[in-house]
Amino acid sequence: MMNTISDTAARVDSAFLFITGISVALLVLVTALMLFFVFRYSRKRHPEPVEVEGNLTLEIVWTAIPSIIVLAMFYVGFTGFQFMRTPPGDAMTVKAVARMWSWVFEYENGAKSDVLKVPIGRPVKLAITSEDVLHGLFIPAFRVKEDAVPGMTTKLWFTANETGSYDLFCTEYCGQGHSAMITKTEVMKQEDFDKWYASYKAEGEESKGLQILTEKGCIGCHSTDGSKKIGPTLKGIWGRKEAVVTNGTEREITVDEEYLKKSLLEPNADIVKGYPAIMPPQKGALTEQEIGALVDYLKKLK
Amino acid sequence: MSAGYQAPKSFLDNHGKSSGAAAWILSTDHKRIGILYLCSMLTFFSVAVVIGLLMRIELIAAGKTIMEAKTYNAFFTVHGMIMIFLFIIPGIPAAFGNFIMPIQIGAKDVAFPRLNLLSWWLYISGGLIAVLSLFTGGGAPDTGWTFYAPYSIRTGTNVSLAVFAAFVLGFSSILTGLNFVTTIHRMRAPGMTWFRMPLFPWSLYATGWVQIVATPVLAITLLLLIFERSFGVGFFDPAKGGDPILFEHLFWIYSHPAVYIMILPAMGVISEIVPVFARKGIFGYKAIVLSSLSIAGVGYLVWGHHMFTSGMSDTSRWIFSLLTFIVAVPSGVKVFNWVSSLYKGSIDVRPPFLYVMAFIFLFSIGGLTGLINGALSTNIHIHGTYFIVGHFHYVMFGGTGIAFFGALHFWFPKMFGRMYSEKIARVAVALLFIGLNTLYFPMLVLGWQGMPRRYYDYLPQFQPLNVISTIGSWIVAAALIIMFTNLIRSLFKGEKAAGNPWDGTTLEWTVSSPPPHENFEEGPVITHGPYQRT
Ligand code: HEM
Ligand SMILES: [Cu+2]
Ligand SMILES: [Cu+2]
Repeated sequence: MMNTISDTAARVDSAFLFITGISVALLVLVTALMLFFVFRYSRKRHPEPVEVEGNLTLEIVWTAIPSIIVLAMFYVGFTGFQFMRTPPGDAMTVKAVARMWSWVFEYENGAKSDVLKVPIGRPVKLAITSEDVLHGLFIPAFRVKEDAVPGMTTKLWFTANETGSYDLFCTEYCGQGHSAMITKTEVMKQEDFDKWYASYKAEGEESKGLQILTEKGCIGCHSTDGSKKIGPTLKGIWGRKEAVVTNGTEREITVDEEYLKKSLLEPNADIVKGYPAIMPPQKGALTEQEIGALVDYLKKLK
Repeated sequence: MSAGYQAPKSFLDNHGKSSGAAAWILSTDHKRIGILYLCSMLTFFSVAVVIGLLMRIELIAAGKTIMEAKTYNAFFTVHGMIMIFLFIIPGIPAAFGNFIMPIQIGAKDVAFPRLNLLSWWLYISGGLIAVLSLFTGGGAPDTGWTFYAPYSIRTGTNVSLAVFAAFVLGFSSILTGLNFVTTIHRMRAPGMTWFRMPLFPWSLYATGWVQIVATPVLAITLLLLIFERSFGVGFFDPAKGGDPILFEHLFWIYSHPAVYIMILPAMGVISEIVPVFARKGIFGYKAIVLSSLSIAGVGYLVWGHHMFTSGMSDTSRWIFSLLTFIVAVPSGVKVFNWVSSLYKGSIDVRPPFLYVMAFIFLFSIGGLTGLINGALSTNIHIHGTYFIVGHFHYVMFGGTGIAFFGALHFWFPKMFGRMYSEKIARVAVALLFIGLNTLYFPMLVLGWQGMPRRYYDYLPQFQPLNVISTIGSWIVAAALIIMFTNLIRSLFKGEKAAGNPWDGTTLEWTVSSPPPHENFEEGPVITHGPYQRT
């Protein structure tokens, strides 16, 4: 029943089985003894208690044996941990940047993605940081996790052994969107990965808008495929009629260039009905040029 | 007793100079203060339970069920804060320690009765400030009870006031610890040597030291946080040159020892109940004392096990892991001692003893899951997941909470002079036991499957176990309602209880129920160990 999804998972699971096995045995022992004594020495069956003050040998034994057991548990956890903390020299480094409430993964050639794409069978080292508060990068299937700390780069690594798509969660509470800060780890065949990796540079101005959406974390809250996330979807936003709340009063607007720009710079001036007023203002975060590229991109996103 | 003898009035009938509510909130009688604490804590506890139930309803299905994310985040923060700072930390010492401990060591009162009353006033003020923080400023805090920076510095919610409440509560805790340590040193009855002292005062003694030494660290940490929020001083926010990991260290330097403030008194209660219902001495009295003291000592050195994924250096991670495993041993030793105390006893399975049995099982699960947290490689996987939520509820509710209710059923006749229905009490504890496992065991599994904690919403694969957990919360609620109805009813209608209804050997059972104002008519003189039967 070896867990082969990743090398790290195998080690964590074997430590887990070791500790859990002993724990279950201890729990059964303690509970069974307790129940047996309660039954055997009940007041009905055993009306006259016999005083037993203690037993030094027994005390020493049940201090020494558990001490050895816990040291063994420590050791198992420690060796697995050392493996998990020592990325091989040839590992591919990917930078993971967290912000409220999205992830961006940056590759050595400048490629960026909101999904962690990795090739199968190749050690991947993540260099993790955060742009605002604490977050935690967690891929349950691989049993790896490390906090994203602002002002600091932390690390983890893994080798994925099976292609597929695996959940990636945030495990350090980070505010309203914490439970929506979810993405995927996509483990790809080497040739698929290479194709994606190489294609990145080739794309021209066309995708500049999408790139900004990804880099600035917009798609953490706004989908581009029509699905509902924390904020309204961007699909078909151009020319859409929208009910918004401005200073507490509701009105209807049609999305045009002016509205888009205002929504970027002062997102909380007009709130689309039914959504929380939590988008961070992008004033200073986006250049004129970037805003232009975004608007061009959104016009075409049908 | 000779004819014409007038037994002294019980403390319940002795109002002192004041009357009505003032006879309670101005009384320096340790027994009245104990009951004052008991009532205020149970009130806060009920509020936090209701919040817990609402959270569980929200989590019965993915997506929005009954509340927004913002509300949920405030709920787990407030639930955690109340349960930790207003229920489980003052908990057993403030309620039962106050009432029972001075009598158990043959004293008239604690060493500083007025300081004792001040502790309660600080407690209730802290509690009210915490309540105030929910409705003022930017609204209820949404940081989690751990207040991790820099989120706690940037959020617009009313964190400063909530943190100030915890600050005030910390002082209440320090004063109680100081009072108890002094009382135990100075006020023991003649002949009560250290090793003739019952185990409950022993556990309070160890706890008192932890309260005195560790709590000031919390006070300083919280002050720094308030400073940073109010004046922009950069202690913890890297944007201002601070260090968020420093906050984690400072926070856990207090909050890990605080775990022992929560659990040691519970262990003391179990060590009192076992010898009474097994009708024999505790097995390995000195080993239990020694393990309390060593837990209190080594417990200061393991805080880093909350930070195995924090970005702290790998070397400190393995050192903290090693120390954590070492501190696990004395807790295990205690469990072995309790179980062995049953050997060749004459066991009467009355309600308080049922709580002991539930405690041993649930606390063992809490402790054993702690081993998975303590091992480095497995910790990486379960850190910040529902495994942790399951683990600490097993320890805090299955351990300390159960011991608290065990103590309540054990000393209820002593405190109020009335007996409750044992039949109903049995139903309640059985239901509570089933409910707790249904509520919390699924959380352990969910965490192992990867569901993070503090999660308003989850992916569909986590739904089935969440449904079971929510059903468990209803069973727990039913058990609590049955338990409290039984007890409250007995306050008025219960049969009168004798001075020693359980046939106990420690000093509180030598005085009438409820005890007289001055506890003893004649100061007792101690000639033998606490659990010896003559
Ligand atoms: C009926 C009883 C209870 C229920 C239904 C309940 C339920 C919950 C739930 C649903 C959470 C939130 C988990 C999350 O979102 O991560 C939680 C957190 C918590 N609970 Fe309870 N709980 C109960 C009793 C207790 C007791 C008795 C204690 C302690 C004495 C306690 C202490 C805590 C703490 C410290 C947290 C963590 C809060 C945080 O993450 O900041 N709970 N509980
Ligand atoms: Cu998060
Ligand atoms: Cu700890």
